[in-house]
Amino acid sequence: MNKLVTWGNELYTGKRSYPFTSKHRLWFSIAAVLVVLSILLPVVKGGFNLGIDFRGGSEFTVSNTTHTEQGIGEQAVKAVAPEAMATVTNIAPGTMRIQTELLSDDQTLAIAKDLAAGYGVSANEVTSNFIGPTWGQDVSRQALVGLLVFVLLVGLLMAAYFRTWKMSLAALIGLFTVIVVTGGIYSLTGFEITPSAIIGFLTILSYSLYDTVVVFDKIRENTKDFSKRNERTFEQQVNLAVNQTLVRSINTSVVAVLPVAAILFIGSYLLGAGTLKDLSLALFVGIIVGTLSTIFIQAPLYAWLRRNDPEVVAHTKKLEAAAA
Amino acid sequence: MSSIRPVKQARKALLWLLVVFLIASGVLVGGVLSGKTSFAPKLALDLEGGTQMILAPRVQGDQAISQEQLDQAVEIIRQRVDGAGVTESEITTQSGRNVVVSMPGVPTQETRDLIQASANMEFRPVLITGAYTATPEADLTPAKDLPKPTGKPENPSDTNWITPELYQQFEAYDCPTELKESSTTTHDPAKPMISCDERMGVKYILGPQEIPGDQISDAYAQLARGVNGSVTGEWVVVIEFNSEGTKTFADTTQRLISLTGSRNQFAIVLDGNTISAPTTNAVISDGRPQISGGFTQETSQALAEQLKYGALPISFDIQSEQQVSATLGADQLKAGLIAGIIGLIAVFIYSIFQYRALGFVTIASLLASGVLTYLALVLLGWGMNYRLSLAGVAGLIVAIGLIADSFIVYFERVRDELRDGRPLASAVAVGWKRAERTILASKAVNVLAAVVLYIVAVGNVRGFAFTLGLTAVIDLVVVYGMTHPTLVLLARTKFFAEGHRFSGLDPSLLGAEPLYKGAGQIRRFTDNVEANRGKKNQKAGVEAAKRMTIAERRRAEANSAPAGAKTAKDKAQEENNE
Repeated sequence: MNKLVTWGNELYTGKRSYPFTSKHRLWFSIAAVLVVLSILLPVVKGGFNLGIDFRGGSEFTVSNTTHTEQGIGEQAVKAVAPEAMATVTNIAPGTMRIQTELLSDDQTLAIAKDLAAGYGVSANEVTSNFIGPTWGQDVSRQALVGLLVFVLLVGLLMAAYFRTWKMSLAALIGLFTVIVVTGGIYSLTGFEITPSAIIGFLTILSYSLYDTVVVFDKIRENTKDFSKRNERTFEQQVNLAVNQTLVRSINTSVVAVLPVAAILFIGSYLLGAGTLKDLSLALFVGIIVGTLSTIFIQAPLYAWLRRNDPEVVAHTKKLEAAAA
Repeated sequence: MSSIRPVKQARKALLWLLVVFLIASGVLVGGVLSGKTSFAPKLALDLEGGTQMILAPRVQGDQAISQEQLDQAVEIIRQRVDGAGVTESEITTQSGRNVVVSMPGVPTQETRDLIQASANMEFRPVLITGAYTATPEADLTPAKDLPKPTGKPENPSDTNWITPELYQQFEAYDCPTELKESSTTTHDPAKPMISCDERMGVKYILGPQEIPGDQISDAYAQLARGVNGSVTGEWVVVIEFNSEGTKTFADTTQRLISLTGSRNQFAIVLDGNTISAPTTNAVISDGRPQISGGFTQETSQALAEQLKYGALPISFDIQSEQQVSATLGADQLKAGLIAGIIGLIAVFIYSIFQYRALGFVTIASLLASGVLTYLALVLLGWGMNYRLSLAGVAGLIVAIGLIADSFIVYFERVRDELRDGRPLASAVAVGWKRAERTILASKAVNVLAAVVLYIVAVGNVRGFAFTLGLTAVIDLVVVYGMTHPTLVLLARTKFFAEGHRFSGLDPSLLGAEPLYKGAGQIRRFTDNVEANRGKKNQKAGVEAAKRMTIAERRRAEANSAPAGAKTAKDKAQEENNE
């Protein structure tokens, strides 16, 4: 603790300082490369690994079975729909998952019955999930609408609270980076995109902006009346704010990631797949990307956006003249 | 003394939180004792097991569907599902487009068909009216007196439609029993049928269909106008037919007007049940009949809605159907709870590691949030039928981090103030002032996100958004009602005020020392700051110097070598002049 606290002290007083704003070119270049890669990657790979909810189809989960042969599942599907392809996976101990292409709702229920018989479990150990072909589009469209509405409202809220649209703009550009890069990570790793993952993405927006607001609030405080104070330029004030809130940023992300990691771990090992795992995976990736972007993109971007403000220019010149 | 006020306020805030807690638990205990609710939150299907169908309405042609029509559809589905003997089903609309049907267990094929089928509305002439309940055995018409058709029926109003079999069936027809086990046996539009009228408490034999419901172009309720155009104050329902309907209805009324008794009535039939059977007073040739008679504003509007719905028969496509086994549901709940506990413990450990005794304030606040969230979930389940889904559980777990962050923001601000050399009590006061703004602004973003997600989202996103929003609000309640007051009170205890090593607020660790240490000792800088600084930190050292108080700077000068003394002194002079 002592070390971290001392480190925190040094960051607070400015004795130790990391060049977040002055090295903005480096951070922005890294971000730009990541964004471009994240956009190119899905194009090259031919899209994302979309879950069954977006493709349409049927999914079955058989719990508490002692048989884990894939043949049983394939057989059950063949019996009802001879031309359908079945993917059978043993996702967790005693749990089998069977996915098929689009069947009718009635066929889905028939297969569920056969699976119970085949795997030697009672009918109420089989979970079936039928998803119509248009359902995924519905979910995606709603998510997109939600995204746009949210971004618009948050932009207005931040502009009103911080009294400067440049903070809103910086925050939203950073947000865009977070979404794109998280998407890129999904494409790279081939994680499945499900409606739960989409919920996760939407939550990342909220979390990422939340994190940004906390840091921006400190920036606002530090840069208030900056032109009347002569120890730092505007950019240095912004940098100091980021450094001063660094301990907070680290503590917050650790505290936020810990429970999410717990869900991810339990969700993957105990249940194999499903809502918990998809959701927590998106959050896990997003919280880390979101925290980094606040520090390396949003805050420096704000300083950069205001670099040409007459007030800032005059102030900086004055300090440079004094130093010379 | 100035310190009395914050202490008083802190005690008051804690008391308020206690009152809120006591009231909520009192209500809950009362509810449980009276058997109206239980201590466990209501669970959604994915945790409890059961079937959830998401249905998209399909309308003939490409007509758009209005919220009213969808609500009407939900009402009809609800009646059908309840009629099929499925208890505890829940039917809701989502995003103004989809209908979500949730029920425990697995529905029968019949129930599934019932849910998907479109409502069927039609107009039929009344042939006979009879008692609502079945005719008692003793009063049954003897076989020889049964009406016998005298020839082929000539029009829908012809009593020749009534066969002896139909009449016997009619007498035995018991509306209360029949309505309870409603089925959607489709009625042949070309044949007569038996139908119950719940509102009037009668049953009818109806002739074949005259006009199908889709020939209605509109229906609305309005206040009737008298001959001179003045409003009479009586509510009526106006039906507007399309051109085809107008023609048929003119013919029908032409025929009915000359008939007497029940045969003068025509029945409006929805899903086999008569919703209204007005008498015919005039030949309606403009296709705009007006139904009057004992309507209130509500009843007339309700009938108009039903008619409008009948005008646009909606059937449903299954968008997604999920049958969750009770086992998987229980597994998922268990996994969620384990994850939650692990996450919570991890956060506890980290808090204590980071904040020592202050960590316990975090833990206590988190536990208080947990208890309040639990109470809110159970009470919402009771009052608003809120059901906790797996996504909701995930939302709760994610919220642990977001809630704890308010405490972190607050504590870090207090530490910042300590670093500036403030005594603890005032550091808490000033730190809170600053943290408060930040916390409010950031929680506003959280709540906004939750509300937007809740409104636009489909499927289980809603459960997630709900818990996320709920916990953001509870977080604020706890920060104001517990964390801050507790810290104000603790700041006055010896342990914290003196900055005990384990308090988490040890000023010396935070690099701040009180200027006056008591017993005539004044803080002195022992380090020679400049000399100890490596080349690399030269720049940062200048930064540090800038943050020093003037008094500190002077002392630092005194300690440092005379070489740098002059410039530093000049600098201090500058500062003084500003």
